[in-house]
Amino acid sequence: MSGPGSRSPHHVPPARRIVPHLKPTVVEPPVPQPAPVEPAAVMASPVAAPMAPAAGDTVVQRPPAGLAEPGAAMAPRAGAAQAVERMHLESVWLAYGDRWVVRDVTLPVRQGEVLALIGASGSGKTTLLRSLNRLTEITAGAARAGRITLDGDEIDGLEVNDLRRRVSMVFQQPNPFPMSVFENVAYPLREERSAQRRRRRLGLPGRGPGRAEMQAAVAEALRRAGLYDEVGDNLDRAALRLSGGQQQRLCIARSLAARPEVLLLDEPCSALDPISTATIEELIVGLRESVAVVIVTHNLQQAMRVADHVAFMHLGELVEYGTSRQVFGEPRQQRTREYVSGAFG
Amino acid sequence: MASAAPTVPAPAPKPPPGLYRASLTRDSVRTWPLSDRIAYLLCWGVGIGLCLIAVAIVVFFAVEGLSYLSVHLLFTHENASPNQSSSGGILDPLEGTLILTAVAILIAAPLGVAVGVWLSEYARPAWLARLVESAVDMIAGTPDILLALFALVIFARPAFAFLSSRSENGAVVGKSFLTAGITLSLIAMPMIVGSTREALALLPNHLREASHALGKTRARTVRKVLLPLVRPDYARGATLGMGRIMADTAIVIYVLGATERLFSAGGPFPLSVLRGEGTTLTSYVYQNSPAGEGFAPQKAYAAAFVLLAFVVALNLLALFIGNRGERDRRSVWRAIASLGGIRRP
Repeated sequence: MSGPGSRSPHHVPPARRIVPHLKPTVVEPPVPQPAPVEPAAVMASPVAAPMAPAAGDTVVQRPPAGLAEPGAAMAPRAGAAQAVERMHLESVWLAYGDRWVVRDVTLPVRQGEVLALIGASGSGKTTLLRSLNRLTEITAGAARAGRITLDGDEIDGLEVNDLRRRVSMVFQQPNPFPMSVFENVAYPLREERSAQRRRRRLGLPGRGPGRAEMQAAVAEALRRAGLYDEVGDNLDRAALRLSGGQQQRLCIARSLAARPEVLLLDEPCSALDPISTATIEELIVGLRESVAVVIVTHNLQQAMRVADHVAFMHLGELVEYGTSRQVFGEPRQQRTREYVSGAFG
Repeated sequence: MASAAPTVPAPAPKPPPGLYRASLTRDSVRTWPLSDRIAYLLCWGVGIGLCLIAVAIVVFFAVEGLSYLSVHLLFTHENASPNQSSSGGILDPLEGTLILTAVAILIAAPLGVAVGVWLSEYARPAWLARLVESAVDMIAGTPDILLALFALVIFARPAFAFLSSRSENGAVVGKSFLTAGITLSLIAMPMIVGSTREALALLPNHLREASHALGKTRARTVRKVLLPLVRPDYARGATLGMGRIMADTAIVIYVLGATERLFSAGGPFPLSVLRGEGTTLTSYVYQNSPAGEGFAPQKAYAAAFVLLAFVVALNLLALFIGNRGERDRRSVWRAIASLGGIRRP
């Protein structure tokens, strides 16, 4: 294998199923700065200073999310403190058939903050998102190169359904199952229960969630998704009878029920009205302490409102990655500047 | 002068003359070209004609059959007697029809649903799926008399002695409710495969994705999400299949024996009947028609009416189940369409 730089920048490695050790040639690293940005650095940046509370540099009091605070609606939010890296993408390439749709993306995904993937249609952000829990593998002809790790383990080495329980996903369209609200949220827990029962039959230790525990888990997931107050009185109602925003929050509750480490959101508000959107944005920001959140969005204002870090993708390449403040306030790349100012997209 | 206000209420507004009423059939047949008008008339005529034929069949057998039908006829065994008044009733063929239908549908329904699910959800390798599809179509198109001949050859082999009985010289008879039921299940299976498969294909893909994203296996998704949704569809397929089973004559005559009474093959109760030969309403009608040996047209009419009543009842049931399934599915699609404007494919 020839050294880096000997190939043209347009060279792409041949598509293969999963190639863990294939190192695609990168002439120009897409990330100008070392990717991880310390929370302290966020605080020290001049843009952050006026917004930052004087609470000290380790614990930052988060302002109420999104539309809740009129003044903060358009301004990038301050970053959360104590972000822990859960997933890491290293030189990830993704292809459908022989067409590369994501080229050489290196990114951290951290708990304690919200990462927004922005970019025009066809920039590969949804594909990148779906690769994080290997949902791309459902599509025939999808291929990947590069490493993706979850808590240090390569995701290819994990059992795929185990991975998807740990890295859960919410889609653009609210897609509750045509069952009751309770059954929807209990669905991810059910198998656990039968697996536990199997274990018990085999005489192995560990007791599965009983009826009361199941109810508690469902109620907790609904509370975390901010839906319990609205539907808690009757969990047996059909999920499809809920409003669109409620359905989407139900989907979030369903994803949270199995206590994932990472929550992927694929344009979760694009099918919703502004009020439901505000509720969900508030919810997303509230969730970031307990779960790493990655959100794909077309909506720059939304990215500004919810994200701590922003990755701007264009035609499959990661053009810029940085704090929300930096990417929106002082983008380093020309293309980012054009995109966030609305020149294209 | 406030009192100048009109004290007489203004007359209710009248619609303007020549009110235009929107109508779907606004273009008058008179404006159509002659060929279209002729074709339209033919369609009408054929449709009405089919209705008339259906009504005529029911009325004919109702009139002919009801005049001879009695409780006595329904609940007495048949007797070989030259005297019609002492030759007994149709209890045996009635029982035979019910037993045979039950055996055949119990075999056809689970297998048919399984094949339908496999064709819709798995279908790998692709060549095998194509082969299975062609095989199902071929079985659906095979004349039942050929199936009957083939089944008789197969089931008379010593290896299948457990499905039927042995004659006095030790040869395997090959005729029994079990062998006939297996053969008849081939008649019903294509309808169940088709209805399951088509209903699954109509389900929106995001239901599957949502389940996968929660870390559920494909099998789990099918069992817990997809199959409950298409239950009305395969129930409808099974109901129509039962109608086909009841209506079949050739297989009954060849593989069930078309005896006068149900024969016991010996052994414990349910097996003794299932392994024995028997008769059904169709073969009874055939044998008592002017073409058969029995020659008791009145009884044939009465039996035919009973059979017709069963088949019509099954068709109505299928219609009812189908309507309900359509309503359920519509509610799913309505819920989706109300959120994102997705059109049903």
